[in-house]
Formats: sequence, C-alpha cells, structure tokens
Amino acid sequence: MDDRSSQIAISMPTPAETKLASQILNARIRKTFPAPEHGFSLDVEFSVAPGFTILFGPSGSGKTTLLDCVAGLATPNAGRIAVGERVLFDAGSRLDVPVAKRGVAYVLQDLALFPHLTVEQNTEYGLADLPRLERRQRAAAMLQEFRIDHVRQQRPAEISGGERQRVALARALVTNPCVLLLDEPLAALDAFTKSKILDDLRRWNQAHGIPILYVTHTREEVIALGERVLVMEEGRIIAQGTPHEVLSAPLQETVAQLAGFENVFDASVESVHEDRGTMLCRIMTSCPPAGREDRSVLLETPLIRAESGSGLRVGIRAGDILLAVATPVGLSARNILAGRLSSLERRDMIISARVDCGVEVEVHLTLAARDALDLAEGRQVWLVIKTHSCHLMRR
Amino acid sequence: MSIDWQAFRLTIVLAVVVSIILTVIGLPLASWIAFSRRRWKFLVEALVALPIVLPPTVLGFYVLVALGSRSPLGRWWQSLTGHTLAFTFTGLVIGSILYSLPFAVQPFAASFSSVDPKLLAASATLGASPLRTFFRVVVPLSVPGLVTGVALAFAHTMGEFGVVLMIGGNIPGVTRTVSIDIYDQVQASNYAAANATALLLLIFCFAVLTLVYGLNRRTSLAGRPGQRPWMIGPVK
Repeated sequence: MDDRSSQIAISMPTPAETKLASQILNARIRKTFPAPEHGFSLDVEFSVAPGFTILFGPSGSGKTTLLDCVAGLATPNAGRIAVGERVLFDAGSRLDVPVAKRGVAYVLQDLALFPHLTVEQNTEYGLADLPRLERRQRAAAMLQEFRIDHVRQQRPAEISGGERQRVALARALVTNPCVLLLDEPLAALDAFTKSKILDDLRRWNQAHGIPILYVTHTREEVIALGERVLVMEEGRIIAQGTPHEVLSAPLQETVAQLAGFENVFDASVESVHEDRGTMLCRIMTSCPPAGREDRSVLLETPLIRAESGSGLRVGIRAGDILLAVATPVGLSARNILAGRLSSLERRDMIISARVDCGVEVEVHLTLAARDALDLAEGRQVWLVIKTHSCHLMRR
Repeated sequence: MSIDWQAFRLTIVLAVVVSIILTVIGLPLASWIAFSRRRWKFLVEALVALPIVLPPTVLGFYVLVALGSRSPLGRWWQSLTGHTLAFTFTGLVIGSILYSLPFAVQPFAASFSSVDPKLLAASATLGASPLRTFFRVVVPLSVPGLVTGVALAFAHTMGEFGVVLMIGGNIPGVTRTVSIDIYDQVQASNYAAANATALLLLIFCFAVLTLVYGLNRRTSLAGRPGQRPWMIGPVK
C-alpha cells in the first residue's frame, strides 16, 4: 500500500511541482533531405519559453519537419535539443532519446485518434504504466477538464470535430509532458469552437506552465493568438517577436471580402501609435466640391505593420456604423464624425442613410431607428465607428 | 457410398494446426515486410511469394530432401526422435506451412501497411513501445486482413495435394488426406466414393469461406466506414 502511494506521488506531480519542472525548450536543428531536385534543408536555432509560442510560415517551409525532430519522429543530421537540463538529442555525443521516452506531447495535424478505441481508451492510452485505477482517475479528470466527459464511451467517428480536437489534447496532455507540440490542430474549426478550446488549453497550462509550440500558416491565427511568433521560411527562422513586429505587410483582405463592404475609402497612414495599438489614417476626399473647404477625415484604425504615409484602403460595413442625433459622449468607440444627412432611402426593411462628413458614408438603420430619431434629410448627425470596424486592405 | 472419415479428420487437424502456426509465424514476418525499410526486403518478399508460382511437386521435392536422413536437419531430427521427418504427420505440417505461407503472410502484410502511419507516430509519442503499438493499434485495425489470411491458409491446406504426396505419401491415419483419398478412389475407378468425398470437401470449404467473408464484411462495415473518420482537416 505504501509502495503504491509513493508511486502515485511520483507519477502525478502537483501543479506546483510541474511548475518547477517546466523548463525552456532549446533547440538547434540541422536536417537535410538530399533529394536531387527538391533538396530541402532545415537549419534553425530557437528557444521556447513556458507558454505559447507560434511557429508561423507558409506550407512547405519546414514547420512539420521541425516538430518531428523535437518529438523524435525525425532525426536531425546535426544539432542539440534539450528541455531545461534534460537533453533529448545531441548529435555531438550521439544521444537520441527514443520517441516513446521523450515526454514530448505531439498533436498531429489530422489528430490521429485511434479509431477503434473509445474517447476514454484513447485518453488512457499514454498511461499504460500506471495501475488501472489511477489510469481511470487521471483520464476522467482530464476528460472533465477538457469538457468531453459526456462522449467518453463514443468512438472518434461518432463525435464532432471540436470534440475530436479536445480528445487529441486530453490524450496528449494526460501524460504530463514537458513540451506540447501542436501542428495546425485547429485549422478545420470555426473561430468560436477554436477560441473555446484555446481557453481551456490556456487554463490547463496556467497550472502546468510547459512550453507550447503552436504551428500555423494563417496570418489571422497569429494575430488572434497574439503570442510570441517565430517566422519560418524555406527551412530558416527569419524573424521572431510579437505578431505586430514580425508580420511585415498590411492585412491582405481579398477582393471577395472587399465585396461585402458598402464603404471603401482610399486612405494614407497619418501616424502610427504602437503604444496604443492603433494608427490614424487620413481618408482622401476625392475632389472637394467647389466653394467648400476641404474637410478631410481622420480615422483611428487597428495597428498594422505600415509606414507613415503609405497608402491603403479602409472598408467599413454600413451596418457597423452607429448614427446619433446629438454629440455622443462617454463611448469606447474612437471615431466620432460630424456630418449632415444627405439622403434617406428605404430598401425593403432597412433604411440606407447617406451622410456627408467630408466623404460620403453609407449607414444602415432599421425603420424603427429612423422613426425614433425622427430623421430627415439635411439634419446634423454624428457617426460613431469603432476602431475594429475599420478593415484595412492593401491598395 | 463410403467416405473416408479418417482422412477427413486428418485433413481438418492438419489445416487447423497449420493455420495456428502460420498465424504465429505470419504476424512478425508480415509486420517486418510491412514496416521494414531494409534494402533487401524485396528478396524476402519474393521468397515468401515463391510457393504461389512453384509447382507443389518442386516444393515437395525439396522439402523431402531437406527432411530426409541425408540432410543436416533430417539427421538432427533423427538423432532427437529416432525416426525421419519424411512420411510423418510432422513432416506434412512443415511442408504445408511452407506451401501456405504466402496465403497468410500477404494479406497480413497488406493490411498492416494500410494502417495510417500517423497512428503509429501518435502511439510512439504517447510512450508506447513498438510491440505495444503493434498489438494495440496495428493488429486491431487489421482484423479483416488477419481473418482473410487465416481463412486462405486454412482452405489452401485443406486442398493441397502435390506437397502431401511428395512428403507424406499415403499412410492412412498419418498422412492420407482427403485429396489423396479422392485421387486413390479415382485411380481405383471408384467414382461414387470419389464424388461423395469431393462433394463433402467442396461444401465444407465453401461453408468456411462464406462464414469468414460474411463476418469480415460485418466487422469492416461496423468498424471502418469508407473514409477515415479519425481524420479531420486538410491533409498535406
């Protein structure tokens, strides 16, 4: 009995213990694929501190190979991989800890859940060394933590994509790994499901504090995660830092997305405020009507990597704009533009209002709003536009 | 109408013993063929497939020579047991194993190599040894292939003739199998008896195979619908 309790203490560290144990992942990896035509070489040196680090790069830049090397599924030609003091691979001393003994959790791109095992059996798979009862308990706790308790008797084919994702995480993390590698695990999920799963993963890691290397090839995901980024290209790490620091070009929204915006303006960057996470853009008034002063419009927009004075395009949806009939005060929205109602037009169940505030802006209102505000052409109004309602596109 | 029940029983015992031994030998051999990256793997594959194309008499002849009292193996066996392997049931089992080897190993290997390698990688990252991965992941996902292999080996042994004749001869109760019995009856112009035995063998083999393929269809329908359901997201 004594024996068993001590075993449990060793195999199931308390959060405090794991926090001590959690260490920085340091890696120097060189691996070449000597194909005559499509020769590829990976040559990177990086470290991953406890918490999230994003590995960002286009398809074929070597992200998966890098993860494979850390997990031990691929063997580098040269280099050294260590988590804290523990060396996993060292070409110099010919040390290569086998995959099964590395303690590196790896959630593969297509999850690779065992199709013939239930969710519970999948989760228990990595705990084979533990006594049955303890295995049960730890798997059950993990299933609860990742909110998949209700599907524990189901097989992977019978549950949703989001649930499968949670099973893959629970299965990997239940082993108390020293590092977690995620290879585009959430690529197929919608934003809502994705953010819920990330919340649970973050909560888990608050107690465990292990380095998490998160691979993605989409810029949107890098920005949404907002963590430290390593940027990879053709087998090299070419930049690292915050998403804002390393994503060099403005947001590229496609023409298809642009089609959804009623208001699209050419603008130029007036000033960049990195401290506030915003920038000011001046909207170009195409040709000020004769006899009227040029009232150019300044908009506060989200911060992107752009030079002062560079040109871009701002898109704002007509339904995202608030219209007020008195000077608005005490709002979080940063853009308040005074203007005059130039036309009101009913389109089925919405009112399309055109407001001249230096540039003409289209605003969509409900019939109820028009009646409540008693709107009429020529009336003085104020437009309220949130910073994040301003979508930036390349011109 | 007389059926040689002794020959019939002997044939079934032979087929069962050979199927069991082939499963034991076939699993590691097939997994080596499926997963090894050795450059000379093709040599082993060719060797395993040889009995498919070789005339049974050729195979039987060499096995007879190998088992005979002049070969090292035959001498070793003789010093151990006091008699030769040729013309014994044990000799028959050895010959049949070689003869039916590809019919078990090839379906085994084919189903092993169709298991998604990502599952093997996932198993390894979860701390499983190759042996544990084999029995917890590869084998359960290869059940249809395993069943097919065992069934083919069984049926093939049931119907063998040339190898038995070369190695075993025609000793009632020891090496006289159904196919030898039928041949004997035909040689003696005893067509009615030959027909009865042949018909019984035909029905028996058909029943076994029907049962096996029927079961296989059910398990493959229940366990694995057409696509691979554990995959989501884009595949590189």
